[in-house]
Amino acid sequence: MSGVGNGRLTILVTLCIAMLLMILPMPDWARPFRPQWVTLVLLYWAIALPHRVGVGSGFATGIVLDVLTGTLLGQHALGLSIVTFIAIQLHQRIRVFPFWQQSLGIFILLVIEHLLALWVTGATQGVTPGLVYWSVPPIGALLWPWVFVTLRKTRRHFKVI
Amino acid sequence: MVAVILSLILLVVDHRFHHLQQLRSALAFLTYPLHYLADLPFTASRWLAETTSSRQALMSQNRELRGQILHLRAELQKYESLQAENMRLRDLVDSSFKVGDRVLVAELSAVDLDPYKQQVIINKGAASGAFEGQPVLDAHAVMGQVINVTPFSSTVLLITDTSHALPVQVLRNGLRTIAVGSGRISELKLPYLPTNSDIVEGDLLVTSGLGGKFPPGYPVATVTKIDRSPDAPFSDVLAQPRAHLDRSREVLLVWTVPNQLPVMPREPEATTGAAPGLPSATTVQVGVESPLPASDSSVPPE
Repeated sequence: MSGVGNGRLTILVTLCIAMLLMILPMPDWARPFRPQWVTLVLLYWAIALPHRVGVGSGFATGIVLDVLTGTLLGQHALGLSIVTFIAIQLHQRIRVFPFWQQSLGIFILLVIEHLLALWVTGATQGVTPGLVYWSVPPIGALLWPWVFVTLRKTRRHFKVI
Repeated sequence: MVAVILSLILLVVDHRFHHLQQLRSALAFLTYPLHYLADLPFTASRWLAETTSSRQALMSQNRELRGQILHLRAELQKYESLQAENMRLRDLVDSSFKVGDRVLVAELSAVDLDPYKQQVIINKGAASGAFEGQPVLDAHAVMGQVINVTPFSSTVLLITDTSHALPVQVLRNGLRTIAVGSGRISELKLPYLPTNSDIVEGDLLVTSGLGGKFPPGYPVATVTKIDRSPDAPFSDVLAQPRAHLDRSREVLLVWTVPNQLPVMPREPEATTGAAPGLPSATTVQVGVESPLPASDSSVPPE
């Protein structure tokens, strides 16, 4: 047991790593395929520790992500807070699912977040991204088992509860 | 629920009123370490390549650069004499203005932002004197303007972003219009040109300086496609930015002389062009039109 401070630090560090992955330079052709790392990590923590990571954390993470990626302030915050809310409501069900079923649930949450972001960009910028935009949630869902296992190991190693 | 309402409010406020720049700058200062970390491998690898490059390679590069400097100096001589002549002629028609902008070289950070917004981050910020609304150029043409400043970095909105509009004019005949970003990195739109306007493919667009943000006379884009349909009041004109928006690594931050529009006092000492005076209504009008003869004289139409 390393105390509350340690747990918070672990969660923060994993979120920071996810944000780093969001802005890490990639070749131009790969840029539209970047998975929603931050959403994945946040969802993991919301499902694993709903008493630690709530809608407020989702909102705060979203604001930081907005500043980080230069989007309209609140664009990611909106999606992330709604998605964390749903995840917390369903966390007991999602936890007992097998991996592939979990991935499916996560996929729907990722689509919701992505759709909200699309609405915001569509309403404010008038840009309609192509079909390639929708390749992002499936990629995220495919990555989910790995993210899940990695973060569960991290959580157990640092004894975050 | 509260979070949702709060984010909606934030969205509207940020989109409509731009009151949140302070908050954004403060938060951006906090996220600067992340940007720095993401950029670190690239800076480090470049540093490593520079430190370990051979003497032979450095010498050949040095020689090449010397040659280039010589070449550019020769070009500059021609340009300087032209500029002097231009100013002399302008003095004759009472519309001289001060040329000469201060520039600072900044480097792009290797950081990817939202793929559906055209923004980049550069490594110079308020500590170097960068300010909001500052024009940014690369070696070829106008790139964009600074929209957000933190002490050590700033965000640049590229001219191809959909929220960016730039007052331009056609170099060949001085036709003024506005270039709007299309959201694609290699395309600008000119939506406000009537069907009968005199514009052809290959025309060079330069900044007109009318917005008050960009200095006049810098190249912006080349017209690539004109679609005139007889039933539409405006023609569809597309242009390709001259700046290497997706390839440049070094950019120039520009400080223009404070008064964009030419200030022309009546005294003959104005030949230096430095003395600011109170422009009368007529001189300002002359000033608005003045870039046209300049562009015509520096590059003759073919």
